[in-house]
Amino acid sequence: MIILIFLILTAFISLRVKDLLSAAMIFGVYSLLMCLLWAGMGAVDVAFTEAAVGAGVSAVFLISTILRTSRRSSD
Amino acid sequence: MKFLGLLTVLITGFLLIQAERDFPDWGDVNSPASSYKLSQHYITQTFAETSVPNMVTAVLADYRGYDTMFETVVIFTAGIAIIGILRVFGSNIKPDHPEVVLTKKKPDLIVETTCRLLIPIIQLFALYVVAHGHHSPGGGFQGGVIFGASFILLALARDLQYAQQWVPENRILNLAGIGIFIYAGFGVASLLLGGNFLDYGVLTAIIPGDVKDAHSHSMLGVEIGVAFTVTAIMFSIYSSLSSNGHMKEGI
Repeated sequence: MIILIFLILTAFISLRVKDLLSAAMIFGVYSLLMCLLWAGMGAVDVAFTEAAVGAGVSAVFLISTILRTSRRSSD
Repeated sequence: MKFLGLLTVLITGFLLIQAERDFPDWGDVNSPASSYKLSQHYITQTFAETSVPNMVTAVLADYRGYDTMFETVVIFTAGIAIIGILRVFGSNIKPDHPEVVLTKKKPDLIVETTCRLLIPIIQLFALYVVAHGHHSPGGGFQGGVIFGASFILLALARDLQYAQQWVPENRILNLAGIGIFIYAGFGVASLLLGGNFLDYGVLTAIIPGDVKDAHSHSMLGVEIGVAFTVTAIMFSIYSSLSSNGHMKEGI
């Protein structure tokens, strides 16, 4: 129940926060909480995938993309 | 416009919450998903038919092997698409965003030592996850992602060129292709031996042991194929994204 509340909180914050880098980090936290929920429901394989892909690699992809783009559009 | 958007979201949310009440409870034995004959068959017969204790892997790699094969193809296609969109050839490329300045970092002693200790352990764990995927949670996808992540960590700690000494670009694409080739090879091998595509039972002619062992060992082989593709594509996506497509300097 507490995890669910934090899940909704992190989802909301990652949508509302202005700084893209912190949004990506909070999105990683969201994935980690989701992974805990899967593990709690007994779906260990799904939890494993969520931890590796969601909390690990996709956060790195998002951050590396953010570091390679600029704040203003060049058009 | 904002009001209309809010109204749409509220109505959709209300409908979803209404529909949620018809769902069976979590873990309900009488729910259609648990009482259906096919899931009963998976739960009771998986170990007898394939000698694989982890029935998630058995369903993924054996009963629904066709599905997983094309999932691997989807990952391969995604990697190819990202390369196709981002890859830039040529030596003197002007940066798209001149205000983005990424300073060349010096190798840091603490980071480098930690990575030197951690990366072998991560890679060993990834191999364990792949090889032990049909006995414990894990499998080709997870192991492949962890193995790819170890190279990403190397590229983050040093720089992209350093990691590309082990996984240069052409080797990445070869590895990704080889993975699907291994997976489809198991399918074609069972076709040639007179069975259906990906029907591992007939592979007893080449794999030692009985029908159950043929299922189990083919699942391992198929998972290794998936792991090849996923490892290669994960690192390829990272190196395309972090180097603006010219695969020279990462972040």
